[in-house]
Amino acid sequence: MVPLNHYLVLSGLLFAIGTAGVFLRRNLITVLLSIEIMLNAVNLTFVAVGRYLNTVDGQIITFFVMTVAAAEAAVGLALVIALFRHRETLNPDAFTSLKW
Amino acid sequence: MLLLIPLLPFLGFVINASLGRRMSKSLSGGVACLAMIAAFAVSVAAVMRMLGDSSGAVQQDVYTWIASGRLNIPFSLRVDHLSAVMILVVTGIGSLIHIYSTGYMHDETDGEYARYFSYLNLFGSFMLVLVLGANFPVMFVGWEGVGLCSYLLIGFWFRKKSAADAGKKAFIVNRIGDFGFVLGMLLIFATFGTLDFQQVAAAADTRAIEPAMGVMTIATLLLFLGAAGKSAQIPLYVWLPDAMEGPTPVSALIHAATMVTAGVYMIGRNAVLFSHAPTTLAVVAAIGVATALMAGTIGLVQNDIKRVLAYSTVSQLGYMFLAMGVGAYAAGIFHLYTHAFFKALLFLGSGAVIHALAGEQDLRNMGGLKKYVPVTYWTFLIGALAIAGVPLLSGFFSKDEILFRTYTSSNPSAKLLWTVGAITSLLTATYMFRLVFLAFHGERRHDVPVETSHGAPAADPHDPSSHPEEEEPAAHRAGAHASTSLGTGGHGDRHGDVHVHDAPPSMAIPLIVLAIGSVVAGYVGVPHALGGSNRIESFLEPSFEVSESARRTETLAAQAAPPREPEGVRAVSAQREPQGSESGEHASSPELTLMLISSGIAIAGIGIAMYFWRWNRPAADDMARRLHGAYNLLLHKYYVDEVYDSAIVQPIKLISTGGLWKGVDAGLIDGAVNGIGEAIRAGSGILRRLQTGSMRTYAASLFLGVVLILGWYLFRS
Amino acid sequence: MSYYAFYVFAFIAIVSSLLVVGQKNPMHSVMLLIASFGALAGLYVLLDAPFTAVTQIIVYAGAIMVLFLFVVMLLNVPREEPTPASVSALLGPTGMRVGVVLSLLLAAEVVWAMSRVGVGVFSQGPGTASVSSVALIGRALFTRHAFAFEATSVLILVAMVGAVVLARREQH
Repeated sequence: MVPLNHYLVLSGLLFAIGTAGVFLRRNLITVLLSIEIMLNAVNLTFVAVGRYLNTVDGQIITFFVMTVAAAEAAVGLALVIALFRHRETLNPDAFTSLKW
Repeated sequence: MLLLIPLLPFLGFVINASLGRRMSKSLSGGVACLAMIAAFAVSVAAVMRMLGDSSGAVQQDVYTWIASGRLNIPFSLRVDHLSAVMILVVTGIGSLIHIYSTGYMHDETDGEYARYFSYLNLFGSFMLVLVLGANFPVMFVGWEGVGLCSYLLIGFWFRKKSAADAGKKAFIVNRIGDFGFVLGMLLIFATFGTLDFQQVAAAADTRAIEPAMGVMTIATLLLFLGAAGKSAQIPLYVWLPDAMEGPTPVSALIHAATMVTAGVYMIGRNAVLFSHAPTTLAVVAAIGVATALMAGTIGLVQNDIKRVLAYSTVSQLGYMFLAMGVGAYAAGIFHLYTHAFFKALLFLGSGAVIHALAGEQDLRNMGGLKKYVPVTYWTFLIGALAIAGVPLLSGFFSKDEILFRTYTSSNPSAKLLWTVGAITSLLTATYMFRLVFLAFHGERRHDVPVETSHGAPAADPHDPSSHPEEEEPAAHRAGAHASTSLGTGGHGDRHGDVHVHDAPPSMAIPLIVLAIGSVVAGYVGVPHALGGSNRIESFLEPSFEVSESARRTETLAAQAAPPREPEGVRAVSAQREPQGSESGEHASSPELTLMLISSGIAIAGIGIAMYFWRWNRPAADDMARRLHGAYNLLLHKYYVDEVYDSAIVQPIKLISTGGLWKGVDAGLIDGAVNGIGEAIRAGSGILRRLQTGSMRTYAASLFLGVVLILGWYLFRS
Repeated sequence: MSYYAFYVFAFIAIVSSLLVVGQKNPMHSVMLLIASFGALAGLYVLLDAPFTAVTQIIVYAGAIMVLFLFVVMLLNVPREEPTPASVSALLGPTGMRVGVVLSLLLAAEVVWAMSRVGVGVFSQGPGTASVSSVALIGRALFTRHAFAFEATSVLILVAMVGAVVLARREQH
């Protein structure tokens, strides 16, 4: 049987990968995808620890996280569409109106 | 009852200050005069009561002013022999000057007239508080108050720059003296634990006489600094000549008769304390006589009639301090009393002259007034004779007493002091009669006044018929009234081409009364050598000793010590007389000799003046030309004002402007405040670059923070 | 057996995630992410959470990724462009290198942290049935977490409305 630590290490790695994607990629869609990776890593952690503690709460939290991720993806993509219509580009560096 | 004495003039001040502008001139003047005369009446009543009292003093504790821990100061007024003399002088001569002012100031507007009288009454009130105060703080209240009123009255015509400047100068120089007074007061409280005069005297009496420096010497020196400021001695006399910018009655009242004598009075009041500090007394005497000489020399060449009299005042005050310095306290107060009469007379007379010549004050433009202003002339002449020390007039007795006591004092430089005093006497007679001859004798050098309205009787503001109520017939007790015939006679001398006229009754009557006083006032102090009993000295003596009530609270130790004579003269006049001068006979021969010398000096002075300024005027100008270096030095008052200005005033101005204003205030303080603003502005200018507007950099910084925090926690565990 | 399955699935997940982040073409990124999700679903099954695994495939891979695909195809997203020079220097190549270093640091930290948590072993045997039962999940969801459940439904409603509003063409 695989010990818990393995699962946690795996999810940590996935989380780090997602983080890197958020601020290294110059495409808004890819940024959103990286966020999804991060959320998944967190889901994995919850389920693993829930299994370890013999409780069902881990999965329930996962349920909610997925829901929120879906809502967030929907709104985020709508924003991407609106931005693309405005600027014809998906490079986040093009949107710097909030500069000093 | 004692409270009424300063309260009545204060009420006059309140009435005139608040309602003055709406009152007519006769009403405001009448209120003011009435207040002073009423104060005089109450003073007389208080003195009577005091004479009947066994302890020789009447005290009234009005209320507890300051009660704080060890410090307990009641607002107390006290009449004893010394303050009796003072309040009679202040209220009596004050009343006369108030009456004179009603005529002199008549050309002012109603509002200004009332303002003048309100200030004058306020001054009277404060002066009375000063002399009636039974402890240092109450005296200080009066001290400061008269300084304030002096400023207000000197700068009465404040729209004229020289007058405003003179007022400021007087106040500031006075403050320097007051600083010394306060320090002295504090030192006395720290040493003796009390500020009541009687208690301080009693406490001082228990101590030994300080040989050189000691706490009492320092305290009295500080007090003397205050006196020097108030009474115009070296080095703080410079304000008095400039104070002549004020109206002439003000000069008479404040700067001749009363305020400037406050310093002398203060020393007399603390006679016991001063007697225990012979170093201070020596300093007082030296400064007094030096001031007398210096002022006398300056007065010799001045061309403004009031300046001559101002320097004469400084000089006579020097005499009074000389008297105090050799321990002859009664003689000093005696001279104060006679000087009040003839100096006020001289000032009021000069005011009449100025009034007659429509504002002319330069002696070189006067002359030949004798036949046009007889009342003024004769009263002025009496005053001049008195101040010169001609025998049988009041000035002779008092000045001679001072010189005699100086000669026989125990001061190591007694003879030198006497010599300087005698020279100053000569100068006094000379410059005073120079004044008389230049102003009243010789040919007319003044122009006919330009105001043609002077000639028409209907428009004459000094027509006596328009001021019937200003003649106060029966209110004085200072002496017998002369008939008013001399006063009204002046108008009959007016010719068609001369518009110079004599003083109106409101001015003439005080002149006459003061002239009589200048003659007879001295008779209370006829010395034993001439067969008199020197009543004023015996009258004043108890005030200069520790009072009985205070002495009773002393311990036996004080009585066991050899009895010290607070009247310094008695202890020191043992050079020739084993007893004091009370014994009379032994003292007569040196005293008579000195009296003869003084008389001779007076006559000689008059003779010199007669030669130079009556018979042989060109000789005076000739001598001035030949000695022009000395002449210029004297004319410019030894350049003291210029020295003060460059040594003290300019550096202070420089420090204030350059150092404190530009350096500290604008540079440091403003710089700090503005600097903070600048620093914040610069800092935020740098910080705002964090707002790149780029989402990725925000995310990156966020994760950087996560990495760091995570790392720190992991590192810790 | 499950031991090896874990490593296979883990390997797939990591590799595809790396490729998601590294790919230039967004279409490829989406596809690779679906693969990653699939691997994760397998991991869930290994953890005795079949319901979660199925939900993962249906919701994530089936709905959300399809949404992403729709948007990518709708917008005809081009390949990635370089950063305009006007923005800060952090975003250039230097920034990229710094970012990579940062990510490696984060990964190292997290791994280190997790490995120090302490060795935990799952409990064995069919006692795990209580964990995996759908009925149990349902019961817990609708009783103990009923409020959160209802709130989530409101959240989805809001998101739906928001998406519609945001994506609308501007009407003048």
